Amino acid sequence: MRKDVILDVINLNSGYGGKPVLQGADFQVREGEIVAVIGRNGVGKSTLMKTLIGLLPTDKGSVNLRGASVDLLSAHKRARKGIGYVPQGRDVFPRMSVLENLLVGEAISGRSIAGKVEEIYKYFPILKERADQRAGTMSGGQQQQLAIGRVLMGEPSLILLDEPSEGIQPNIVQDIARIMVELNRETGVTVVFVEQNIDMIRAMAQRCYVMDKGRIVAELDQDMLQDRNTIRQYLSV
Amino acid sequence: MEFLYSLFSFLYQFGDAFAFLVLSACGLAVIFGMMGVINLAHGEFILCGAYVSTSVTHMGVPLPLAILAGSVAAGIAGMIVEVAVIRPLYKRPLDTIVATWGISMIVTQGTLIVLGTTMAGSGTPFGSFSIGNYSYSVYRVVLMIMALVTLAALWLMFTKTRFGILARATIQVPHVAEALGVNTNLVYSMTFGLGAALAGLAGGLYAPTMTLVPTMGSSFMVEAFVTVVVGGADIFLGTAPAAVVLGFIKATLTSWQGQLAGQIGMLIAVIIVIRILPRGISGKILKERA
Repeated sequence: MRKDVILDVINLNSGYGGKPVLQGADFQVREGEIVAVIGRNGVGKSTLMKTLIGLLPTDKGSVNLRGASVDLLSAHKRARKGIGYVPQGRDVFPRMSVLENLLVGEAISGRSIAGKVEEIYKYFPILKERADQRAGTMSGGQQQQLAIGRVLMGEPSLILLDEPSEGIQPNIVQDIARIMVELNRETGVTVVFVEQNIDMIRAMAQRCYVMDKGRIVAELDQDMLQDRNTIRQYLSV
Repeated sequence: MEFLYSLFSFLYQFGDAFAFLVLSACGLAVIFGMMGVINLAHGEFILCGAYVSTSVTHMGVPLPLAILAGSVAAGIAGMIVEVAVIRPLYKRPLDTIVATWGISMIVTQGTLIVLGTTMAGSGTPFGSFSIGNYSYSVYRVVLMIMALVTLAALWLMFTKTRFGILARATIQVPHVAEALGVNTNLVYSMTFGLGAALAGLAGGLYAPTMTLVPTMGSSFMVEAFVTVVVGGADIFLGTAPAAVVLGFIKATLTSWQGQLAGQIGMLIAVIIVIRILPRGISGKILKERA
């Protein structure tokens, strides 16, 4: 039996200051999936993520979360409906401690969840070690783990990850991919991630959409993802 | 013994200058440091606190409650101003200066027209005490304690409460805070309201020591601005140390050559600090840490 659709994107258009970037993106993601969105630089992958969370307004088309449109909701309201967003470049709060960064993540649920911080530390032990360190002084890989931990604090049902491998050493990339797969298996959280790193795509994705010129132009299933050359070809479409 | 008397006199002067600098500046510092808004109507929130608390005192309410009422009234006025005037101008910082200046003039002149040129004060409570040949006001000592209490309360608020953590997150990376579920518009309103409430607190606390006139806000503005300029954007790393340095300079020159020398010395100190540390004390500390 196929699982329910959690994210339904229909003919989505958006852009910056009247300059269109997304030009009719259509795709669906089902509960519990890990789906990659790939494509060359500048095809609109980050714009897609920002439009999904609501940091950019929808110009045309719609975003539906579990069948209900979220188009008119501001980003913080979408977050409270269960969408977690991990921005490109991590964007941790640099002058706050690791623990304080995690506590901001609770805002999604609007309440503090007992034992949640310890649960996050289990997945990312480095965050426990560095709990009092100011986030801006950590390495890229550590910041990425913090950004993911922070979004998990609010127990989202859908996580949007924008280029999690960017600027991170290869061994940490593998770690993060493994932890995301583990989280998905253990909590059932749905993950949509934008990525260009072939190893990360193969390690995480169950399915993959290919973007070009602001639209989804192809879909790759699990078998097609086994072949590095197929992915490489699509990354350079 | 004579030396100890002089020392106490100096410490009293220093404490008095420090308290005035901290209390008049912290509202301005919160709004500038957290939101980047230079609030030229700061003095009018002080005016609001002073007038409301004095009016409430005249109704027979005890002074501490009256001061609280003045602070709350200014805070509410601040939130209304944020929603109505500041919010549409966040991406235009220069325009917020003009807009708040406009509010300042409207309030000053409006108060003059509606309430007249002066308001009857409530008198300074608690009387005085003598050490050596000098006599000191007890209430001024209360003001020094209130300055320290206010700094401590702000520190606790920004580091230990949920509002404080969300406010700092919003100030550091607004779009990410928003995407994490923080209602950033509400945070901005509350931060501006907090800054205005602190201004109102200063007005309420100093009202019993001053003549209440519609332009009284301006007598706080110079001190408030020099403290924030010397301190930079961070209230704890900036405003508090700046108040210590400026208070020390002012107290030294005042005890040596009188009030005018104290005022001039403080302004010269500000000019020197701006030359050496253009982003203030906290700008320097934050840069070295980064």
